[in-house]
Amino acid sequence: MASNSETSVAAAWGGRIGQLVLSLFALIAVTFVIGRLLPTDPVGAIVGELASPEAYAAMRERLGLDQPVVVQFGRYIWNLLHGDLGVAALTGRPVTEDLALAFPATLELATLAVIISFVLGVPLGLAAALNRDSWIDQFARIISLVGHSIPVFWFGIVGLVIFYAGLGWVGGPGRVDVYFEGLVPSVTGMILIDTLLAGETEIFWNALSHIILPALMLAYAAMAYITRMTRAFTLEQIGQDYVTAAKAKGASPARLLFRHILPNISVQLVTILAISYGGLLEGAVVTEIVFSWPGLGQYMTSALLIGDMNAVLASTIMIGVVFMTLNFLSDIAYSMLDPRTQEKR
Amino acid sequence: MNGTTLSRPRPMANAWGTLHSFFGELRREPLGFIGLMLIVALILVAILAPWIAPYSPSRQSLSEVLQPPSVAHWMGTDEFGRDILSRLIWGAQITMRTVLSVTAIVGPIGLLIGVTAGYFGGRVDAVLMRITDIVLSFPSLILALAFAAALGAGLGTAIIAISLTAWPPIARLARAEALIVRNTDYVAAARLYGASNLRLLTLYIAPMCIPSVVVRLTLNMATITLTAASLGFLGLGAQPPMPEWGAMISAGRRFMLDQWWVAVMPGFAILFTSLAFNVVGDALRDVLDPRHTKN
Amino acid sequence: MTDTKEILTVQNLDVTFARSAMKAVAGVSLSLGQGKVGIVGESGSGKSTLGRAIMRLLPPSATVTASKLTFDGNPLLSQSEREMRALRGNRMSLIMQDPRYSLNPVLPIGRQVAETAILHKGLSKSAARAVAAEMLDRVRIKDVARVMESYPHQISGGMGQRVMIAAMLLSRPRLVIADEPTSALDVSVRGEVLELLNELVTADGSSLLLISHDIRMVASFCDRIVVMYKGRIVEELSRLSDARHPYTLGLIAAMPDARHPVHRLRVPDRATFDATERSGSPA
Ligand SMILES: Nc1ncnc2c1ncn2[C@@H]1O[C@H](COP(=O)(O)OP(=O)(O)OP(=O)(O)O)[C@@H](O)[C@H]1O
Ligand SMILES: [Mg+2]
Repeated sequence: MASNSETSVAAAWGGRIGQLVLSLFALIAVTFVIGRLLPTDPVGAIVGELASPEAYAAMRERLGLDQPVVVQFGRYIWNLLHGDLGVAALTGRPVTEDLALAFPATLELATLAVIISFVLGVPLGLAAALNRDSWIDQFARIISLVGHSIPVFWFGIVGLVIFYAGLGWVGGPGRVDVYFEGLVPSVTGMILIDTLLAGETEIFWNALSHIILPALMLAYAAMAYITRMTRAFTLEQIGQDYVTAAKAKGASPARLLFRHILPNISVQLVTILAISYGGLLEGAVVTEIVFSWPGLGQYMTSALLIGDMNAVLASTIMIGVVFMTLNFLSDIAYSMLDPRTQEKR
Repeated sequence: MNGTTLSRPRPMANAWGTLHSFFGELRREPLGFIGLMLIVALILVAILAPWIAPYSPSRQSLSEVLQPPSVAHWMGTDEFGRDILSRLIWGAQITMRTVLSVTAIVGPIGLLIGVTAGYFGGRVDAVLMRITDIVLSFPSLILALAFAAALGAGLGTAIIAISLTAWPPIARLARAEALIVRNTDYVAAARLYGASNLRLLTLYIAPMCIPSVVVRLTLNMATITLTAASLGFLGLGAQPPMPEWGAMISAGRRFMLDQWWVAVMPGFAILFTSLAFNVVGDALRDVLDPRHTKN
Repeated sequence: MTDTKEILTVQNLDVTFARSAMKAVAGVSLSLGQGKVGIVGESGSGKSTLGRAIMRLLPPSATVTASKLTFDGNPLLSQSEREMRALRGNRMSLIMQDPRYSLNPVLPIGRQVAETAILHKGLSKSAARAVAAEMLDRVRIKDVARVMESYPHQISGGMGQRVMIAAMLLSRPRLVIADEPTSALDVSVRGEVLELLNELVTADGSSLLLISHDIRMVASFCDRIVVMYKGRIVEELSRLSDARHPYTLGLIAAMPDARHPVHRLRVPDRATFDATERSGSPA
């Protein structure tokens, strides 16, 4: 019995990891195909229009473009696995170095946003479900409808117009004011943490005043989703017999919520957390442009506009890998947190 | 009782009858009804743009550059002195065309894949759903960006790029529906009559899945509107002289601190459009799923 | 039927759900002293609604009115929610149909039983656990320590219902409402669970309101039978042989009787009951 279910657990894990690897492979294949769809001539771009046919052929050979597609693909993966994503025309540096600089900035923004959206969204969703059809439920409904409908980049602009230009409550675009730029040594690449490590409280507050607006704007869409899902999960639980049974035992509403309902939806909430995190990474791409945030999104779109495919594909893969890994982790969390999927001891 | 389900069914009529009653019930959902009216209004605006737009969307007037909203220009003018309201009205055409094109591509593809997987089950199902899950796990906006970049910016590319990543949820839904429908008595009865697989699929199962697919597609329209606007904003959708809403925001961004209306007005158009789609989709779902009904 | 002391008095109880024109429970009156009363009726006749109305556990969409609803001296309809909470699980309990749904799936069994002790005996966690263990032992669960660590999906239905009984009877309530406590269980354990319930209720001197579909089972088990149809009480009997209302006779005929096997069970004829109802004869 025990060994039997152990093997089935192992098989389930194996299946999930297999799915992740397959998805990653598919993503890489897709980016490879996209790279080859490019109408531009990569050889011509390097050697220039006036190059002799011999020089052209030599460069073509050097780039490996004379090889069969399968070999090229193999080489693409091989390089990828060795962290070689080519050189970015945008910066003239290896793409890996650029990503190492840009990624922490995006991660910082998305992490702050996910925290905000969770801290606001879960209680709002719970309150809406527990007071169904009350004003707070209507409020939550409107909040989440608008959040699902608002273009996040536009929301950022409106935020800047009102809170930066109009009221002057927050810092403007960028991570810190210009005169603070470059004063703090980069350790983690996340400015809030780096300033604290360096003991630069003044810069920390300045950085916070810069990040808070993009984080809030970005958090809103995720919060809309989290509120809606929390409400739905909770309503589903409220109708269950075990809730009636707990009431019949004399449990108070607070006890029902914290001891009975929340433990039942916590697993689902973790899943939602992972999904929103992934979604925020995507949302960051457009938000970063509005706020001149030097993250992956800014990097990727700058690269897009000049057709720097090395940088574009590397960013796509980077975001894709994080996105998929988050989904994978949420899956794992599901099986670890829910006793129903656990093994009998 | 069984007589009605087992007698020669008219699935097309059934499915569309259900759908028809959705729209009938929609009238009882005031918010959903307003949303529906908004969408109808938007379609009318798109169709009637040449007649109702006060100015030409491309008429430049250097003497009227960056004017704030006024009686002559309700939403102000942009950096070329073009009337923003007129550009938004013409932009409705672009948005509607994008949304409808993507829906027209994604709906049938998703339905086909989902219904095939659900009906045949087994290995076909496993392979199709594996592919669906993989595409579903991609970060769709990022991938759409990369596609649009590779294929060259433009409205057509944007439509293809969005479609490429928008079909999986439809396929999953259609599969779930097909799994239910394929076990119903009337499909069993049709099978007894000797209906072929193709016939069962196209005439019996697919039509039964259409109502919920339509609901999902309506909800998707909000996402499509937003994604299309994002691509436009990033310079990868419809190209500048075209009055695409996202591109207009992008152009207006340079003046956002002093001439806020240039960037802000188009955003309202996007917001209300996707809000309308979301509200209608929600109302349809409420009508479809009695557990969600209120009061 | 002369109970020495009335524990529960219900007079003219009406329950209406929002949006529904019909009363789910209409003009129900009954009184209960120490003893066992069975409520029978077809599906949808309002049995569960009645049980939950007494516990005031109906959703907000339900409107409950009664000219009198007293439990153990407390006017239930005018109690505050806080006062009701002090009664529920303490002086009055509800055992529901299916332990697969009425046990919280993500909490270990031990904590679910101990919850009653924490709520009503003011015990610490560890003391409550000890009481819970004792109670689980009383409902004849073997290997209590292991079961307390288990989750509901890891135990059988019969055991689950015994756990539920343990949680609900832990504070020896005056009134136990058991809403079809055995109908979700495997036939082989039904008798055993019912026997256990009977034993505990008798030992603690609690009153029992047993809700069931099975009129014969109720007849063999309870002192009194209340027959409900469409939200109303159509008949109250102490023996099946006293039944006069055609609906009750229909219910009896629709249930197989081991002593008088028949080739085909009768399907009750609705038109007759409704006619009897309208003419307002036997009650
Ligand atoms: N939450 C609710 N909302 C609306 N109507 C309800 C609700 N709960 C019960 N009803 C209605 O009240 C009536 C009585 O239901 P109830 O559950 O009390 O019947 P029952 O006798 O317990 O049936 P069963 O034997 O199937 O358990 C039914 O017509 C039912 O539709
Ligand atoms: Mg019932």
